[in-house]
Amino acid sequence: MVTMSELHKYGRTKVIMPGTAACPGCPLQIGLRQLIMALDGKLTLIIPAGCSSVIPGVAPYTSFTVPVIHVPFASSPSVASGLVRALRARGIDGHVVVWAGDGATADIGFAALSGAAYRNEDIIYVLADNEAYMNTGIQASGTTPQKAWTTTSPRGKTEGKKNVALIMLMHKIPYVATASIAYPIDFIDKVRKAASIKGFKFIHLHAPCPPGWKFPDDYTVKVARLAVETGVWVLWEYYQGKLTISPPSAPYRDKQRRKPIEEYLRIQGRFAHLSKDDINEIKAMVDQEWDTLMNLVNALNYHA
Amino acid sequence: MINQQNVISRGVRKIMVGDHAVAEAVKMARVNVVSAYPITPQTLIVEKLSEIIDKGELKADFIRVESEFAALASVYGASAAGARAFTATSSHGLFYMYEMLWWAAASRLPLVMAVVTRTLGPPWNIHDEHTDLLAIRDSGWIIGMASSVQEVFDMTLTAFRISEDERVLLPVAVGLDGFVLSHTTEPIYVPYQEDVDAWLPPRNPKVPYVIEPGGEPITLGNLPKSDLYHELHKAYMDESMSEAKRVIAEAYNEYGKLTGKDYEPLVECYRCSDAKYLAVTMGAWSGDAEVAIDELRNEGYQVGLIRIRYIRPFPDDEVSERVNGVRGVIVFDRDYSMGFGGILAGELMGLVPSNVSFKGVVAGLAGVDVSPGEFRTIIRDFINETEANGIMRIRKWWYIPNTNGGD
Repeated sequence: MVTMSELHKYGRTKVIMPGTAACPGCPLQIGLRQLIMALDGKLTLIIPAGCSSVIPGVAPYTSFTVPVIHVPFASSPSVASGLVRALRARGIDGHVVVWAGDGATADIGFAALSGAAYRNEDIIYVLADNEAYMNTGIQASGTTPQKAWTTTSPRGKTEGKKNVALIMLMHKIPYVATASIAYPIDFIDKVRKAASIKGFKFIHLHAPCPPGWKFPDDYTVKVARLAVETGVWVLWEYYQGKLTISPPSAPYRDKQRRKPIEEYLRIQGRFAHLSKDDINEIKAMVDQEWDTLMNLVNALNYHA
Repeated sequence: MINQQNVISRGVRKIMVGDHAVAEAVKMARVNVVSAYPITPQTLIVEKLSEIIDKGELKADFIRVESEFAALASVYGASAAGARAFTATSSHGLFYMYEMLWWAAASRLPLVMAVVTRTLGPPWNIHDEHTDLLAIRDSGWIIGMASSVQEVFDMTLTAFRISEDERVLLPVAVGLDGFVLSHTTEPIYVPYQEDVDAWLPPRNPKVPYVIEPGGEPITLGNLPKSDLYHELHKAYMDESMSEAKRVIAEAYNEYGKLTGKDYEPLVECYRCSDAKYLAVTMGAWSGDAEVAIDELRNEGYQVGLIRIRYIRPFPDDEVSERVNGVRGVIVFDRDYSMGFGGILAGELMGLVPSNVSFKGVVAGLAGVDVSPGEFRTIIRDFINETEANGIMRIRKWWYIPNTNGGD
């Protein structure tokens, strides 16, 4: 497990240089820093269209200290497949990491993602999920939660959130995990474990977005933490055929220990329109997600 | 002289269809990464390459992707990581790649793609026309179109030299007519591997740049600080296209020394030297047009044929110098731009002086056969009308064969 002193050491290292174009309080900046720390800077980033196309800053400058290739929206798993095959053929190790948003992953690029996963390409794929098309100005995506306001769901999204990580688990790839930018030790450990495995690794990183979710810039980590503490976002890991609830989420298997969901919903403007009934419906959905997950834990671990 | 088999200085004679000639050239180019998705009539290429790689005849990675978009994206990634890479497609597959085509070209990475030309639906139709290939003409790909199985092989092999040349660094598309070449067997000469190896050394992975972990922290493709950078980037690409004309000429010159195959680089001319009228074609039906030219010559018509080998870079000077001084030019398009006409006719008409008769003929779409006799009649009518009535300037004329009601 990564230690606090190691994190502090990295905190003084500039893995991302000044001059980024990220919004104040951007969760992607936090997640990227943790990702690059986890791999000690020894990686290549493949970034499809999205907020992270803008964040590195403007050419001919870049704030990133690792090689980066920006690619069309739906193409990142395919580009990564070709890139890693060529690197391995040339005898070059090192991690090929796709850093993609929810639109690129769950929606437009899903076929390419599924293809690369089932071929078990030697890639670490991080879905940095800010739960909408934020770069184009907050439009609903396949991972936007039900009832959330976006510019294309003005009265709240009518469909539910795709559970992308579980879909990837069913691809039988060697490693799948969920993570949160509010739990750096958990995320960094997961990235490092993924890096030690050959094949396709998928990490779904929860990344609350201040302008998109409508909360103050300095609440990013707080909102991310509340998502876990209320049980809305569950941290888990699938490795060697076994599904495990990760330590930060472990207490919340017990529903009684979860904070009230209202604490998470009420600090976000995107849920400001919810009625009491809406909130009860969301509570029921969260309980159902937990049930599914725990049933799956039992089912998978029975065979593991 | 596409119907004549030149004597090769060194090499072996083999018999194969056009699609397999592509695969043979890819094998001899020692490509590192191949990715393609099946689509008729390209499928024989992806099958043959799978087999060649599986047998170990080519030491390469084959990426079995889920779409043409992924095929191009993955060979693009392979090229960014320093590999020599290849893909192939047709028609709808090419259109599914469309976004990646532009991204690949503007990334200035070397790549080669075979395009087995095919009609676009609806209705579903697997037969030949050139509209698919020509729809990528603005994207920054160098685009060639072969007219025989031998040329398919030669054009595919030289494509790697051209694409990887530091003066070019643009992807190259090699067109071949669906079924007419892709599935038609011809005897071809294949050079010895050792000769090819000496002429086409392994790709230098550092040119133009390489994306690798632990490597230089370069960033490809982030927003430009000034839009002027982007505009300049386009101007540089276009400059490289112009430079590619010279590189194509050099590549065929050297290839000719190696194999004894003589090609004029961008356009070839058949019986042009004393011609008063010129027909223009591209692709496999040029052979049928040549037969028509021979017959018209026998009838006393002073007519020749310009065959377009590369449409990008656009062979403006090469065509201009040949059409100056003639009395009429007739262009045959096996393609169309809806609401406009034949694409070649539209592009070439501006090169034909206004005191020269001009006619653009759209024919042979959707795989409809155009026989040497039909070429002969259309060309003869054009010449006779011009001689009788003076110059005409017709950019678009649809040739629809009379089916007598058909069946």
